[in-house]
Formats: sequence, C-alpha cells, structure tokens
Amino acid sequence: MINDYSLAGRIARITGLGLCLVFTLFPLYWILVTSFKDPGTIFAYPLRYWPTQFSLANYQGLFEQSNFAIYLGNSLIVSTVAAALATVVSLLAAYVLARFEFVSKGAVMGAFLVTQMIPGFIALGSLYILMTRMYLVDSRWGLVLVYVAVSIPLCTVMLRGFFENVPASLEEAAMVDGCSRLSALFRVLVPVMTPGIAASYIFNFVNCWNELFLSVTLLNSDSNKTVPAALNGFISSFNIDWGSMSAAAVLSIVPTMILFAFASRYIVQGLTAGAVKE
Amino acid sequence: MSVTDTDRPTATGGRSTPNPRPRPVGGRRPFTGRTALVLLAFMLPAIVFVGLFTYYPLLSGIQMAFRNYNLNDLSDTSWVGLQNFRTLLDDEMFRGTVRNSVVWVVGSLVPQFLIGFTMALWLRRRFRFRGAYQALVFFPWAVSGFLIGILFRWMFNGEFGVVNDLLMKANLIDTPVPWLADAKYAMFAVIVANVWYGVTFFAIMILAALQSVPHELYEASAIDGAGKVRTLFSITIPSIRTTLALTVLLRVIWIFNSPELIFGMTGGGPANETHIVTSYMIQVTQEGDYGRASAMGVMVVFVLLLFAIFYLLAVRPKKAMR
Repeated sequence: MINDYSLAGRIARITGLGLCLVFTLFPLYWILVTSFKDPGTIFAYPLRYWPTQFSLANYQGLFEQSNFAIYLGNSLIVSTVAAALATVVSLLAAYVLARFEFVSKGAVMGAFLVTQMIPGFIALGSLYILMTRMYLVDSRWGLVLVYVAVSIPLCTVMLRGFFENVPASLEEAAMVDGCSRLSALFRVLVPVMTPGIAASYIFNFVNCWNELFLSVTLLNSDSNKTVPAALNGFISSFNIDWGSMSAAAVLSIVPTMILFAFASRYIVQGLTAGAVKE
Repeated sequence: MSVTDTDRPTATGGRSTPNPRPRPVGGRRPFTGRTALVLLAFMLPAIVFVGLFTYYPLLSGIQMAFRNYNLNDLSDTSWVGLQNFRTLLDDEMFRGTVRNSVVWVVGSLVPQFLIGFTMALWLRRRFRFRGAYQALVFFPWAVSGFLIGILFRWMFNGEFGVVNDLLMKANLIDTPVPWLADAKYAMFAVIVANVWYGVTFFAIMILAALQSVPHELYEASAIDGAGKVRTLFSITIPSIRTTLALTVLLRVIWIFNSPELIFGMTGGGPANETHIVTSYMIQVTQEGDYGRASAMGVMVVFVLLLFAIFYLLAVRPKKAMR
C-alpha cells in the first residue's frame, strides 16, 4: 500500500468519494421525493428538493387508474417461479460440471458462455414464432420457461464456483452410508452451500423482475403484463403522468434493492472471481 | 447481464489449461457407466432448456435473415438471399444507427473507465464504513437499464427537470435546455445516464483486481524511491493489465447490447437520433419485419465476434499473465 498520503491527498479522496456517493444516490432520491409529493406540486416552480408534506396520492392514483396490483402480482409469480426452477436446474448441471471430467464438458461450458455474449433479445422474432407453435404466447408460464432458459447459463457458472469450495468427501461419505447421489446432493451439499444458492436465486429473481423485451414481445393481454411491460406502456403514451410514473418506478425498484442488499457480497464474489483470480 | 468468467481459461478451454490453478478441494474423478447415466440425467434439463429456448431460436433466426419474412404479410416467405442485408446497407436510417452505436459505446466507455478507475484507487485503502460505502454505490446494479432510463428521463425533463433547475441555479445556463427533445443534446443526455449506470461496475472490478496485486511490489517500488505517479504506471497498471483488458472487452459488448436504457429514456427519439443498432433491431422486430431484424441480429453477432477476436489478438491477455 502507498503510505505517504498527504493531508491534501486525503481531503481530495474523501471529497471525491463523497461526490461519487451523492451522484450515485441522487436519481433514486429524486424519484422517491417526486413520488411522495402531492400531484399538484410535482410541476410547481421553484422545485422542492425535500418533501415538505408527505402525500401518498400518487400511489393511490396509480392503483386506481391502472391494474398495477395485477402487474405486480404477475411479476412476482413469474420471477419467483422462474428463479426457483432455474436455480434447481442449474444446481444439478453445476454439480456435474464442478465434480467430473467428460469429453463434451468443454463444449457444454462453451455453449453456455457464448449465450452470455449474445443478448437474449437477438432472436426475438424466431422465439416468438417458436412460442406461437407451442401455444405459449401470451402465457405467463411460457414466459417462465423462457426466463428459466435465459437464467441457466450464468447461474450454472456461479454455482459451479460455489461447488468447488465444498470437498467431495462430504457427499462421498453420505453415499457410502447408502444415500443416492441425488439425495446426497440435496441433503448434504445443498445445506452447506445455502448462502451461495440463495445469492444465485436472488440474482435470477432480480434479472427476471427487470426483464423488458421478452415480456413485451411474448405477452399481449393486459391481465398478463409484468411491471416492466406495463411501464413500457406508460412511457409510450403521449402525456406521461409523472406522478403515477414515479410511484410505479419506486415500487418496482424497492424489492430488487432490498434483495440485492442481502446478496450483493456473494454476487460480487461470484462475478469478479473469474476475471481476477489469475 | 453478461458478466461471466469467460476469461477464465479453465472455464472455456476445459481440462488442458496451462494455468496452474489449484485443484478443487473435491478433486475431479473418473466414473463408470451407471454413474454416467445419472450425470447425464443431471445435465439434461439444463441442456434442453438452453437448447430449445436459446439455441433453436438463434439458429432459426439465421435462416430467417435470408428470407422475406414479414408478420404483416406472410403470403410469400421465400428465400431472398442477401436482399435483407443489401436493403439495410442502403438504408440511411440503419447507417445512422451504426454511427450512433459507435458514439454510444465510446462516449460511455471512456468516462466509465476513467471515473471507475479513480474510484477504485480511492477505495483501495481501508477506511471505516468502506463496506457500507461499497454497498451503497453498488445499488445501480439492482436496477434495470430500462428503469434507469425512466429515472433520467424525468431528471432531464425539459420544463420541470431537476438537471435544468440545478444548472440554472449554478448560472451555467440561462434558459431550460430541451435535453431529450432536441437532436443536438439527446445523445449526450443518454450517454450521461449510461456513464452513471456503468461507473460502479468498473470500480468494483478494478478494485477487486487492485487487491490482488502483491504488497511486496509496492514495498519494493517504495524502496526504489518511485513516486505515486511512477508507481501507478510502472507497478499498478501493468499488474492488472489482464483484468483491465478483459473488463473493457466485456463492457464494450455489454454497452453495445444494452438498448434498455435508451428505450426507457428516449425510445430512440428525437428523430431517431438516439437509436443504436440493437434498439433499432428491436423496433423493426416489433413492427413485424422479422427477416430484416434477423439480418441485423446476424450482423451484430458477426461484428461483435470479429471485434472480440481482433481485440484479444491485440491485447494478448494471456501473454501478459505469464
């Protein structure tokens, strides 16, 4: 470490970090403040930088004028189920990839990693046609299946890293005692890896919760819409109602922020491990 | 998010890695026929999901790029060879999105890198609340690019936006600037939002790399009397070259592939001034012209692949690692 930090250097550093923090948090602060203003005062001049009176009118308006409760419910169902399915499927694959050597292993890993270089929406058209043929268009369960597929590769890579930290003697001992491989995996390994698995689940959940283009394309009817698809409808209208808009934005940001706060340490670990550990 | 450890030779190359990576605690064992069936059953769900919903559409998208496939008129979906590609290359609008993409990538990447690097250097020394600080600046990661776009659309609002208000308070402008309505400023505003969104990614990746540099190197350079600037350029940067190079590569691909923010902030407007290739591709898909959209998708993947190959040849991260 460099030890000869002067007083001036230290002041510059603290000021710099402070400014970065203010800049980072300001957009979130601003949408929060806007959402709690009285609808009449959002466009009042001069702008108020801190809430003078606390009003829930924007939230009330949002739920009265749109089916936002339904959108929230749809997002919750789709993300919860898709993240759970993806985590289980990835867990099985990651176990095999972490513990065994086989001829096509490089090909499987390569095929998974290539999908990370190509955005999920690149073949939107042909995916739509595939889903039409399978009668899965405009179905929340169809969207769940697609989200599972999109989540698997990165989730598998993350979980594989967590498996490598657990000694194989654990499940071997269980198998000597008569467990099948599957029950050894779920009864012995999974409990040991709970933090890593939870982080992977949260990571999947947040990505599904935030996804826009697939849900806009694959869901048509209003009663099936997820939150991002609904927001896309809101901003496409000619006159955006910024009161309800800010309330909707806050409601869709808060859940993911809370989840990320719990898991960020593990997610950073999982994501930076590969790039840095050389 | 496409942040993976693709750069890890063991991850992509498989078994015969020259890199002396410590053996996993579990060890990797040979197995017999019956076990092979169980393992195949474990792998199968993942392979089926990715194969059906990711690879099948990708491959059928390639053949669609060479056909006349428009949802609005499916009476003739015959093969048309390279016509979709030719139409695109003649399309002034498409060429505009290519130019915008370059501006968007370079304009976002350079400030993200410089600010992120500075932040990482500042965060390298331990201080009280450093963990809490990192958790706070980490928050943009939890929010989708689309919502970030909406947040900044509100802040850059031409009449009631907080950006105009602050700039007027600071006497930097006299009258409100119609940031997102005026073609002159819209791209700038979108890039500002994207820089904001990506800085913490760089800071965290570079910080992780900095912490892996051995202390002895700094001690030795201090003994040799190297100053701060000299240490930065002779010790720090060469030591983390690999990570820097690969982070930049991942970032270029990711920024190029992330039209969500643009959709949230401007929808590509005004007058298509903020459309990049990928956002235009999505718009064409939504209009139903799947043939032309697929042709764009093929070009995007092809160009990114070429870029990745030339970039890796140019920076040779593996050579730097040894």
